[in-house]
Amino acid sequence: MADRQPPLDAHAAPAPAGMARLQSDVLAPGHSFGSVTDEITSAVLRPGFRPGWIVGFVIAFGVMSMFLFAVSYLVIKGTGIWGVNIPVGWGFAIVNFVWWIGIGHAGTLISAILLLFRQKWRMSISRFAEAMTIFAVMCAAIFPVFHTGRPWLAAYWLFPYPNSMNIWPNFRSPLIWDVFAVSTYATVSVLFWYVGLIPDLATMRDRAQLLWVKRAYGVLSLGWRGSAMHWQRYETASLLLAGLATPLVLSVHTVVSFDFAVAVVPGWHTTIFPPYFVAGAIYSGFAMVLTLAIPIRAYYGMEDFITMRHIQNCAKVMLCTGLIVLYGYSVEAFMGWFSGSPYEGFMIANRAFGNYWYMYWFLIFCNGVMPQTLWFKKVRTNIPLLFCIALVVNVGMWLERFVIVVTSLSRDFVPSAWGMYAGTMWDWMTYIGTIGLFTWLMFIFLRLLPMISMFEMRTIVPAAKVKSEGAH
Amino acid sequence: MHHVDDTPKLYGLMAEFNSATAIVSAARKAREAGYAKVDAYTPFPIHELDAALKLPRTKLPWLVFFGGIGGMLGGFALEYWISVVDYPLNIGGRPLASWPAFVIPAYETTILCASITAVVMMIVLNGLPQPYHPVFNAPNFSSASADRFFLVVETADPKFDGTATRQFLESLHPLGVTDVAQ
Repeated sequence: MADRQPPLDAHAAPAPAGMARLQSDVLAPGHSFGSVTDEITSAVLRPGFRPGWIVGFVIAFGVMSMFLFAVSYLVIKGTGIWGVNIPVGWGFAIVNFVWWIGIGHAGTLISAILLLFRQKWRMSISRFAEAMTIFAVMCAAIFPVFHTGRPWLAAYWLFPYPNSMNIWPNFRSPLIWDVFAVSTYATVSVLFWYVGLIPDLATMRDRAQLLWVKRAYGVLSLGWRGSAMHWQRYETASLLLAGLATPLVLSVHTVVSFDFAVAVVPGWHTTIFPPYFVAGAIYSGFAMVLTLAIPIRAYYGMEDFITMRHIQNCAKVMLCTGLIVLYGYSVEAFMGWFSGSPYEGFMIANRAFGNYWYMYWFLIFCNGVMPQTLWFKKVRTNIPLLFCIALVVNVGMWLERFVIVVTSLSRDFVPSAWGMYAGTMWDWMTYIGTIGLFTWLMFIFLRLLPMISMFEMRTIVPAAKVKSEGAH
Repeated sequence: MHHVDDTPKLYGLMAEFNSATAIVSAARKAREAGYAKVDAYTPFPIHELDAALKLPRTKLPWLVFFGGIGGMLGGFALEYWISVVDYPLNIGGRPLASWPAFVIPAYETTILCASITAVVMMIVLNGLPQPYHPVFNAPNFSSASADRFFLVVETADPKFDGTATRQFLESLHPLGVTDVAQ
């Protein structure tokens, strides 16, 4: 059934050559509704587990266990086991929080903004990019919650939760803005992802062989049957969600940047932060999309759906946002001089030549210099090289947040208050552990849910085009 | 002894097609033939069906609009009540009703409530979750979520007539016409 054959349908005459080429860019030629469905469902609806999956799952689970261990010890001992201390009260926790939240942004950009722009290439990567968003936001949320030291009390510290002490959060604080921005972002991402899954869950229900599997997908699909009126409301809801998620995704990292920009610390108190943070978020997010898409595509043989066009487009988005980020670095350096403020001037000199100089220059290399190779098509179509570049950008974006947070705090206004910062073993275990958690969740997702949106892929099969009456 | 009619009650007649073009054309012809209770079941959204079936425009956008307004007013009211009425904090004599600072959480609650409205009302207006529906009784209906397109004329339609409707559906050149049990 999975073999590709020309559609049975007599109406679907071969498309003109130009159109066929365009279609083949986002979907390999020769696919029918059935073959798209078969290939995507077969990755999930197969008995047992593939050895590669098991190995990856076990490794990810091991790394995640390290996270659980580190966090348990943190809860027992307190945040003193971390490297944070005055003057650097914000260390790994905020660095990792911003890094993970940023990674999440690509998923929403792909599913919402590219939907509004009717970019067909978003369809095959949107599902797992959205899963990536949700898992990244989960990893991000762990850090501020555990940074509070007593996460079980965080409910009334963070949210306007009526409590017996009659105290409320301060809505003039960017940290509370951030709570609202991130929790809204997490909720909307989950809703968007679930809505996108409903028709595909119905497909899984209809194809599953085992009764309990059928029932599980059936319950999750809410009894979706693909009625025309249902599709109309469904499409309206998707479009509205995309319209709502677009300003949301731009606002989330803007609000994250307010955590810094509203403070008076040199190097933080700047108006370029919101756009520069948003661009950086999308930059790191697309790097993570490539980091995931390249192995997934190869392991599951999804080259027909995640084509070179997708890979190249991700690389182009990385190049573009990388240039915006590089512009941000240049403006920071320029403003160090142009502001006339001795603190700003010292801040930028300290970043480049102070105690953390190697971090700064490594960051410039990772985020500014190395991605310039993406100007070349040879690089953009070289998959192993692109995978390495994506990893380097992920590292670079982590360094960027480290440089912003730590260099400014460790050298603020009064030299007597200066101090150095380094993450402890527990910091590293927690950070690397969340990468394990993220990967572990991705493995579960790939095993249980269709990794590519099937109903959307059907709409780009050439036979999906409705020919007007009399054309046949 | 009286005769017991054990044939299940009919929900409608279902015609199966294998292309988007065919289902749109069939849906249009069914409406033109005067059938009102007609529905199409497809594996992906086909915008041409809205016109072919003369479907009303959904009022979902309005609900989402009011959901958003409600979220904005609710979020702002929460902030105002907490910061001005219930728990006023005098910080250097700055005004309590510092509305510019309240914009961001209110903006987020606007998006939150609008999005929840969009999803919940899409599901509610669609009558979901609905685990049982007669169309699932049709033998080949599981392909409606993969590669087949179905047109159903319901018995509830005033123009429905077992033989005539079947003949009409046959005239649309479907892959087959089947009874759908209630």
